[in-house]
Amino acid sequence: MPRSITPFLWLLFSAGGTVAALLFPIHVLLTGLAVPLGWVNAPSYESVLGLVRNPVARLYLFVFISLPLFHWAHRFRYTLYDGLQVKHLTALIVVFCYGTALAGTVMAAYLLWTIP
Amino acid sequence: MQPAVTLKVTRYRPEQEAEPTFATYEVPFREDWVVLDALNYIKDTLDGSLSFRWSCRMGVCGSCGMKVNGSPKLTCASFLSDALPGPIRVEPLDYFPVVRDLVVDMSDFMRKLKKVKPWIIRHDERPLAEGEYLQTPDQLDAYKQFSMCINCMLCYSACPIYGLEPSFIGPAAIALAQRYNMDSRDEGAPERLEILSEHDGIWQCTFVGECTKVCPKHVDPAGAIQQYKLTGAIHWLKSLLLPRGAR
Amino acid sequence: MSAEARYTPYHPRWYRRRVSVWWWLQNRAYAGFVLRELTSVFVAFFAGVTLWQLWALAQGPDAHARFLACLGTPLFVALHAVAFLFVLFHSITWFNLAPTALVVRLSGQRVPDWVIVGLNYAACVVLSGAVAWIMLRGR
Repeated sequence: MPRSITPFLWLLFSAGGTVAALLFPIHVLLTGLAVPLGWVNAPSYESVLGLVRNPVARLYLFVFISLPLFHWAHRFRYTLYDGLQVKHLTALIVVFCYGTALAGTVMAAYLLWTIP
Repeated sequence: MQPAVTLKVTRYRPEQEAEPTFATYEVPFREDWVVLDALNYIKDTLDGSLSFRWSCRMGVCGSCGMKVNGSPKLTCASFLSDALPGPIRVEPLDYFPVVRDLVVDMSDFMRKLKKVKPWIIRHDERPLAEGEYLQTPDQLDAYKQFSMCINCMLCYSACPIYGLEPSFIGPAAIALAQRYNMDSRDEGAPERLEILSEHDGIWQCTFVGECTKVCPKHVDPAGAIQQYKLTGAIHWLKSLLLPRGAR
Repeated sequence: MSAEARYTPYHPRWYRRRVSVWWWLQNRAYAGFVLRELTSVFVAFFAGVTLWQLWALAQGPDAHARFLACLGTPLFVALHAVAFLFVLFHSITWFNLAPTALVVRLSGQRVPDWVIVGLNYAACVVLSGAVAWIMLRGR
């Protein structure tokens, strides 16, 4: 039985980092800049709902939200250790980072399961 | 070309001072001189009390590692002409305790190196009559790069994680463990995995990548570590999903 | 540390420097590294925005309209502009470092780094195109 969970957390970090690297630039560009700045028309509620409803889209969005959150959790935990040298707050940092990622994952799962 | 160059060299004499200071020396400039030549000139003619390690003066022994203008370098491979007009700062390697002047204590690294069992581990040795272990050029290629390490410790001096977390096993030790893991003659990968998967093993590394940048022998320890993380993670998955199949 | 130097003939006092909290400002490589690590904050930020959009979607058309309006405010546009730069920096550093971790051997030969990097960038472009097409259809 594997002793430490760190290899698993690193796998999540890598998967999340890959998802973010491949997909986040275009999504940030479209949702965060193109629509608000009027470069493209804003989507209607129905069209967004129509897109999200699709089971493939639900899975896509779940992966899109969850894995990058775990990527952040793992990376930020080490940034806090190395940057602020706060090793003595280890337990707090671990709970904050992975806990937030887990919370986001659960919330995403709930929303994507229940959206009609 | 200028006739002389200034060197600012760290002096630390524990019997005299509590903290290191800098001493300034004027050294003749020669096109073909390296920093090590300048240090030897200082020791021979200006100040015999300066202490530093050196040996082969040709980049294979790993003894003369120091910080030249803030970067870890082999002083036998750092030309004065590259650091003109000067002054050139020469300091002991970072993150190791300074014994005196430019000499640092290496015992932490030596301990970690030994910990990863840098030798070929076999369950049964072949008897001599069966001849040597054969290896194809491709099999040699799989680990050759990692075998070029000369234990100069420049990578430790460049690694901020080692500075912040002195228990981190470090780049060279992991690269050397990989050198043996990837050797087709070796059967010790599971043993080394136990050691390297510990808290202060490979998982401390955050891939800063400076170790590879400063390595004078192009060992690419950062590559060794990331590849080993992948191996370790896959092994973890296997032992979770196929508890008997993992062996 | 005491101001007085102490030296015993059998063990001189070694000097150990404390690593400053500002170690990462020492040189460009370290600073670049910390910047790269901080990209994860913006990754989490946009994952959060996406989660928020899903929540607004679940609440109904009014909530969704409020979400879109909020994204249109100068604060959020600025945040997203910065996020875009950081997320792009994440992608670039991630792809450039991929060959170090992913060593692929085909019939004994190691696949050259530029192939791995190139494939990653190509995948990003293709996927981005697909996403843009799906999301912008009919607008």
